[in-house]
Amino acid sequence: MPGWSIPYVLLVPGIVVIAGLLLYPMIQMIIMSFQSISLRVIRGVAEPEWVGLDNYTKLFDNDIFWSSLRNTVVFAAVTVALTLILGTAVGALLNRLSKRMSTFVIIGIMSAWAVPPVAQGTIWRWLFDAEAGIINWALNLLPDALSTLIFGRADWTGQPWLNDAWSVYVVLVLTVVWASFPFVAVSVLAGLRGIPAELYEAARVDGATPWRTFRKITFPLLKPVFAVLTILSIIWDFKVLSQLYVLLNGPTNREAFNLSLFSFAEAFKAPPKMGTGAAIAVVLTIILLIVTAFYTRQMVKQEDLT
Amino acid sequence: MTPLARKRLNKIALNTAGVLVFLFAVFPVYWMVSTSFKANDQIFTTDFIPFPTHFTFEHVNTVLTDGVAGNSIWVYMRNSAIVALGTVLIGSAFALLAATAVARFRFKGRTSFLITLLIVQMIPTEALLIPLFLNVRRLGLYDNLLGLIVIQVGLTLPFGIWMLRTFVAAVPKSLEEAAWIDGASRFTTFWKVLFPLVAPGLVATSIFSFITAWNDLIFALVLMKDTTGYTMPVALQFFFGQRGTDWGAIMATSTLMTLPVIAFFLLVQRRMVSGLVAGAVKG
Repeated sequence: MPGWSIPYVLLVPGIVVIAGLLLYPMIQMIIMSFQSISLRVIRGVAEPEWVGLDNYTKLFDNDIFWSSLRNTVVFAAVTVALTLILGTAVGALLNRLSKRMSTFVIIGIMSAWAVPPVAQGTIWRWLFDAEAGIINWALNLLPDALSTLIFGRADWTGQPWLNDAWSVYVVLVLTVVWASFPFVAVSVLAGLRGIPAELYEAARVDGATPWRTFRKITFPLLKPVFAVLTILSIIWDFKVLSQLYVLLNGPTNREAFNLSLFSFAEAFKAPPKMGTGAAIAVVLTIILLIVTAFYTRQMVKQEDLT
Repeated sequence: MTPLARKRLNKIALNTAGVLVFLFAVFPVYWMVSTSFKANDQIFTTDFIPFPTHFTFEHVNTVLTDGVAGNSIWVYMRNSAIVALGTVLIGSAFALLAATAVARFRFKGRTSFLITLLIVQMIPTEALLIPLFLNVRRLGLYDNLLGLIVIQVGLTLPFGIWMLRTFVAAVPKSLEEAAWIDGASRFTTFWKVLFPLVAPGLVATSIFSFITAWNDLIFALVLMKDTTGYTMPVALQFFFGQRGTDWGAIMATSTLMTLPVIAFFLLVQRRMVSGLVAGAVKG
């Protein structure tokens, strides 16, 4: 085997898998978004029919599309922000705890992080259950005056959190933040431990306030960490599906759909409309690529790719 | 306040915050586990019952023997394990080969390959569900665990390569060169020198792939038709609304699905974090 060919031989399986399972389907998805795909096509006895921009025009006329888009974007913005803020705060806290205490907390947050998305959904659905959920019980514990002041109501008995799209998203935000802040926290902790202590000593000698120290030392040094965490959180939160699927008990409440669940419901609920499903997936992909384009460019520039 | 008292107060505040974070993270998991062992009269109540005083294995037993949708939960557990292990075995081998290529060799097309890796990670994999579903049908792998394994290998491979290449790059090249000079073949060098040194990275990427495949709901939901082929996350959906919602059984099943993963995580906690951070942060 000639020496120059070795890397190519090593890459063959990887390239076949990536091309066959990611790039080719991606092209198929774009093509399918301009087609109508009947049950006969799915069974393989007929060819798909070209419909031009029909899938897209119908989609943009559909109120469910716009509410799904809004749900997707607002949910991602809120969840990414909360995850990063909470995760960074906990990471900074871990950095200041004693070794034993920080190990204890890390083990706790790792357990939350390890819970499979489907189980996350069932747990939080159970916590917010209208009849026997612990959240309604806890809210009833609040002094009536305080509860009325904050929420405008005192009695939470039987509050059906998962019937209404708005409160479903409150639960979903909590679920996803709970499960994803640990990753941010441990990454920030790893980053903080990499900062030389002399920098902080110098800042202390100069009499810098904690906030100034954070802005002038911690943040700039951790910027690459934050960039990666932000981008990963965006990618994850834009396409949250399993947890929402469980909280809604399947694709039932159309007002609470996000783009992923909407695409899934169009394509796989009878009657299957795979063309429309593909069009929704294309829209979701374009949004994600735009949001992450800047980051990808940065990575390509920073990386020693050549 | 004296500086000493202030310091002590500070420490108390920090530890309290730590305990609160711990409770916030752990309570939902605890609530899941404890519900699985509560008798029904303690589950369906508006009261707060901190731990099962009528401790029962009833739900766990129901789930293990009667199961759901006509099969014992072991059937689903086995399917999940087959898919996850299959993904790890095939995926890790492919990832290691590709990671070695990009970390050890300079060749034409290397940069394009790395950029492609970065970009495919931005594609929402759920968006590929529809074409992948149709392709799997055409290949005759519909309702077949192998189809699911193939898909999971595809979904986990780009990140696996990306993560693993930093581990390969971290092994000093001089070690391999020394082995060559001693007359070892490239293949022997790979197995005897490089492989043992990247093993920790391989563990990290394997766990990542295992968990991704183990956790998947949507692909398994769409690609498996016969109930005997369901994985745990799909089977769990059948408890909802079957005969009312049997929360005890649901929580017992969720616990059975979650505890192996948590155990796994805690066992390799440090390696996992360093692997993820190295792969994600250092690039």
